[in-house]
Amino acid sequence: MSFSKRLCVGVLLLFSVCLSSADDSEFSQKLAALTTTKLSEMSAAVEDVANTGKEQALPYLDALLNNQLYFRKSDSKLFRIDTSKDPAIMTEVAVDKKLEGADTSDFKKIIISNSVRTKLREVMARLQLASSDTKLRARAAREMLGAVTESDKPILEEALSKEKNDEVIALLKAAIALPQLDSGTAAQRLAALDNLEGNVEPAVRNRLNQLLEKNADGTFIETDVAVRSRASVVMGTIESKLQRYRLLETIFFGISLGSVLLLAAIGLAITFGVMGVINMAHGELIMLGAYTTYVIQQWLPNQLELSLLLAVPAAFVVAGLVGIAIERGVIRWLYGRALETLLATFGISLVLQQAVRTIFSPLNRQVATPDWMSGSWQINSVFSLTLNRLYIVVFSLIVFALLSLLLKKTSLGLYVRAVSQNRAMAKAMGVRSDWVDALTFGLGSGIAGMAGVALSQLTNVGPNMGQAYIIDSFMVVVFGGVGNLWGTLVGSLALGVANKFLEPASGAVLAKIFVLIFIILFIQKRPRGLFPQKGRSAES
Amino acid sequence: MNRFRSMLRNVALTTAVSASAFTALTAHAADTIKVGVLHSLSGTMAISETTLKDTVLMMIDEQNKAGGLLGKKLEPVVVDPASNWPLFAEKTRELISKDKVSVIFGCWTSVSRKSVLPVIEELNGLLFYPVQFEGEEGSKNVFYTGAAPNQQAIPAVDYLMKQGVKRWVLEGTDYVYPQTTNKILEAYLKLKGVAADDIKINYTPFGFSDWQSEVASIKKFGSAGKKTAVVSTVNGDANVPFYKELGNQGIKSDDIPVVAFSVGEEELSGIDTKPLVGHLAAWNYFMSVDTPENKKFIETWHKFIKNPKRVTNDPMEATYIGFKMWVQAVQKAGSTETDKVEQAMIGQTITNLTGGKAVMGKNHYLSKPVLIGEIQEDGQFAVVSQTKEVAGDEWSDYLPGSKDLIADWTAPIKCGNYNTKTKTCGAK
Amino acid sequence: MQNITSAAGSGWLGMRTRWDKPSVGLYVLLALAAIVVPICNLLIPENSALHISTYTVTLLGKYLCYALLALAVDVIWGYCGILSLGHGAFFALGGYAMGMYLMRQIGDRGMYANPLLPDFMVFLNWSELPWYWHGVNHFAFAMLLVFVVPGLLAYVFGSLAFRSRVTGVYLSIITQALTYALMLAFFRNAFGFGGNNGLTDFKDILGFNLQHDGTRIVLYLLSIAALVGGYALSRKIVTSKFGRVVIAIRDAESRARFMGYRVDHYKVWLFVFSALLAAVAGALYVPQVGIINPGEFSPLNSIEIVIWVAIGGRGTLYGAVIGALLVNYAKTWFTAAFPEVWLFALGALFVLVTLFLPKGIAGLLATKKQALTFLSGKKNDSQENESKKIAGENS
Repeated sequence: MSFSKRLCVGVLLLFSVCLSSADDSEFSQKLAALTTTKLSEMSAAVEDVANTGKEQALPYLDALLNNQLYFRKSDSKLFRIDTSKDPAIMTEVAVDKKLEGADTSDFKKIIISNSVRTKLREVMARLQLASSDTKLRARAAREMLGAVTESDKPILEEALSKEKNDEVIALLKAAIALPQLDSGTAAQRLAALDNLEGNVEPAVRNRLNQLLEKNADGTFIETDVAVRSRASVVMGTIESKLQRYRLLETIFFGISLGSVLLLAAIGLAITFGVMGVINMAHGELIMLGAYTTYVIQQWLPNQLELSLLLAVPAAFVVAGLVGIAIERGVIRWLYGRALETLLATFGISLVLQQAVRTIFSPLNRQVATPDWMSGSWQINSVFSLTLNRLYIVVFSLIVFALLSLLLKKTSLGLYVRAVSQNRAMAKAMGVRSDWVDALTFGLGSGIAGMAGVALSQLTNVGPNMGQAYIIDSFMVVVFGGVGNLWGTLVGSLALGVANKFLEPASGAVLAKIFVLIFIILFIQKRPRGLFPQKGRSAES
Repeated sequence: MNRFRSMLRNVALTTAVSASAFTALTAHAADTIKVGVLHSLSGTMAISETTLKDTVLMMIDEQNKAGGLLGKKLEPVVVDPASNWPLFAEKTRELISKDKVSVIFGCWTSVSRKSVLPVIEELNGLLFYPVQFEGEEGSKNVFYTGAAPNQQAIPAVDYLMKQGVKRWVLEGTDYVYPQTTNKILEAYLKLKGVAADDIKINYTPFGFSDWQSEVASIKKFGSAGKKTAVVSTVNGDANVPFYKELGNQGIKSDDIPVVAFSVGEEELSGIDTKPLVGHLAAWNYFMSVDTPENKKFIETWHKFIKNPKRVTNDPMEATYIGFKMWVQAVQKAGSTETDKVEQAMIGQTITNLTGGKAVMGKNHYLSKPVLIGEIQEDGQFAVVSQTKEVAGDEWSDYLPGSKDLIADWTAPIKCGNYNTKTKTCGAK
Repeated sequence: MQNITSAAGSGWLGMRTRWDKPSVGLYVLLALAAIVVPICNLLIPENSALHISTYTVTLLGKYLCYALLALAVDVIWGYCGILSLGHGAFFALGGYAMGMYLMRQIGDRGMYANPLLPDFMVFLNWSELPWYWHGVNHFAFAMLLVFVVPGLLAYVFGSLAFRSRVTGVYLSIITQALTYALMLAFFRNAFGFGGNNGLTDFKDILGFNLQHDGTRIVLYLLSIAALVGGYALSRKIVTSKFGRVVIAIRDAESRARFMGYRVDHYKVWLFVFSALLAAVAGALYVPQVGIINPGEFSPLNSIEIVIWVAIGGRGTLYGAVIGALLVNYAKTWFTAAFPEVWLFALGALFVLVTLFLPKGIAGLLATKKQALTFLSGKKNDSQENESKKIAGENS
């Protein structure tokens, strides 16, 4: 393709003005074929579209890959339709123009299967190598690496000659080097290995592993000794790099699990730790927070981001109010009878669960995740941090910081600490202890509600969700030391990381059992947890 | 003190009133045929089972509108076994010996069925079990209308093999259904020449929610250069976080497809399906299948449940088939007596909601077609493969302990675990 | 400290003598149940109005086992202040020991007709019996296990915890961790106890068919006997000198320690005794309900036991029995009569009883008799205990 023609295509794309030419008519024929082809022959049709349309085909292919390519039943024109919004956004792909006021029932979706998706990614990668977006180019190069052949060499080299980004350069070099390992001379193979050093892409690792393998008769597949020893050196550097990333990954997993435990437990640390109330309905307060998120998303179906942000304070208020109601209605009659609060709140948890079942049905509810929380932050092909978990780690730390500030710096915090240390004395000093109790319980419950918002992004929103967290929360609070927020923080993170380091070796179930046994034994050593509360009241 | 005593009196009074109302309700019903509904309405399994309770109620309603059965009205007796397995046995006894029901539709988990089994056999009742399960059972008193492993797992694996999958992760919740299914699949895959290195089996606990390490290890296993697929027997609540983690760690359905046996329309209605598009499920029924029977069924369901957004799923179809067959069998036998109905059941035929015929076999298992579907963005499935009717294999041919066993409830064998080698029924 | 005695409520003060009124009432009631139920079930024809169905018999048998379990919790909670949120573990272990025996009794009558291996091992391709399944086919050995396994666990756990002076909620939470860990372990199929399906499909016990009405009645009578025995023994213990020390520990642990009592010994042995009661209850429960599954280890089940005791009235023993019978009857009735909303009723029951009947039903019975004298100075016992404990620690 000559430069001028490329320019022409670029112009075409930019302004969507289709000059009629022989190529174009063939292209539109192939496009039209998409609407009639059977699923089993779709892969070939997609390839045809890519080959005839080149860059012009990208918007169509992209829409198809994202399950958004439709055709109008009346005239078979292709549209991209985003049904996640209400009303759905419809764009005519050929002219990139929005269509207003049409009914989705006039359109039919072009359905694809996994094999078509694989094909789509492959053909799109070839076209996207020239993209102006670095991310897209990197993705394309990575995609090509998986199924690269000798015939791809010209486009790869052309792309390499213009590439500025280091990451993409490394990928492109590897993509050029890989086929050489199959067909080049020993010298070429050695040179190719240099280009693969430190590359952790799975395709590279697999190919290198093959170099070091033996045939069935015991001879090496790779005949040249120098290539073999070089390959094992390269492999060694890659492996040690991998080990480091795996370690980082496990630590992140642990911190993420710990942050979930922290969120679930921190509200309990207030109600249980500071007030001495064994709140078995704590899990259900988390559940209420998650359902609040669901309800707000139902109200604002088109504003996912906003609804999630709104859900945080709303869940705090809803769960907090329910918490105050529980405190005023039940718990205030039971102060000093810690164990009886357990019984009453257990009853409340049953009622709340059944209430949710009656109001929202026993089925799980769907809570959508906004785009900025989906997917992962890809650091390289073996190490990535999932975004929803990353945000939740940050969120839990913010909640923790705000809560400790509140307890340390505000007058409410002062009262709370006073009442928890010595109720009678605080009363004598003029603290309205019943008012403080209600607010403290509301605060703890409200935080549980906020935890519910976060958990709705990770797991089920259903009537049973609270029960999944209640026992773990108690373990964390007791392990950390009742009445100590820092204990809860350290305890949850420690348990999370320990769990994740045990899990690969022992499996998920045994890891959890080991952690539980560890807690039991730990409490024998330190009967008051990691950070015991000191002072007179601590012994009660 | 006085106040709460009067309150207690009130409580006692209401209790007495409702108790007498309850006995009055059960007393007048001698001229009806009672149908027991034994599905958990509370506890962990309520999520799945409540729908089936509603389905049975709908079927009874329809049947009564159509004139009842043998000239009598059908009367549902609903109890709540509360996801508590011993309670399942207790409630079964209550339904049969106290309420005198003619048939029970119920159970979801295998353990609930195992709990009910001795009771239903002792009291010679009838149970219709509508959920896909591990097989390995043959009871005269139970009709299994859900799929056995050969009606779900094996066709799904066959389909993936055709798609070029060479490496397999068998991921399941640690209980009997996944364990058995994975044992069967492992034997089957090895028979098809898959090396032991290319099979990875992993189990997680019930309600597992932190899938980070598991998904990372699937990713690692799948990066060995061969096309990899996950066969998931992950149960119920653990699925949502599992799929979320898959999506977030960037495992796409065309890299590593996940085929699930416990994820249907209803489970998907609680998940944000965007990252799931393209992952697979194998069932005997999908709501999206376009047949007149299915259309009618969905319409009736929406009208009954008064919610046009509610989905239908495979266990509902299994309940539908079971109920219809029972009605036909009672009509054929002219009685609701267990032994007569049991014999009349064998060979009953019903048009499936997905087309074709479901036939009740001699082993009390159905023969049904198997459908493989890809998840779509709207939470429905697009069918990518469909088999002919497959007869349910009660004792798997791929397990060494059970390959010689069959169930046959026709004369002269009349046995749920007949050994074809020794020609004996059990040890007798 | 003059009200230490009243702190025990109507309980132990009135129980110096073995034949106090509530106990006599309970004995008479159980004796009646032991005579009437078998007659009405076996001798009176089915169509008679007086006939008691087998359904009712198994139900009653189940309730009785629960009552014994509640008794076990009351012994340690009501009299020693040890709130175990993991007593279901001992119950389930006893049940599993019995279940293993019953499983081996099936022999070659299982689905796969394997003379040695239980069905669940056959279809998961186990080739031989795990070592811990050997010997349980002998009834005597299995019964030994019913006592030894939970007893040993209680002893080890108790001596660890009580020696390190783990008390209060810390103790409650680690008992919960214990039963939770056991639940997870038993759920694992690789653990060799049938995983989630547990042990089921039992055929006979000591050669008697479990589905036979006569066997059921015998098991029912055994449950009554166990409850009477357990009750009498518990009464004997809590009214003995040992029991007085235990109550002293409950009310002021440090003070008891300072007076030279080995507090941890008392606690450990009482805990072991309680665990054994729970284990016997479990062993009787399994043949009557026909299944044992890891769900019995669930922490929620253990909390429920505590609630039976609270509703019946803690620290009275007979209160625990009443509470267990009542709550379970209510559950049976609610789940059939109001399947959709019964949890509301049960939840509300728990809340209302805690609020309005802090001493449970036993307290209500006692107030009728002791009337105002008891109510006038009425404060709640545990509240007093706690204030006393603080006083004890600080003195």
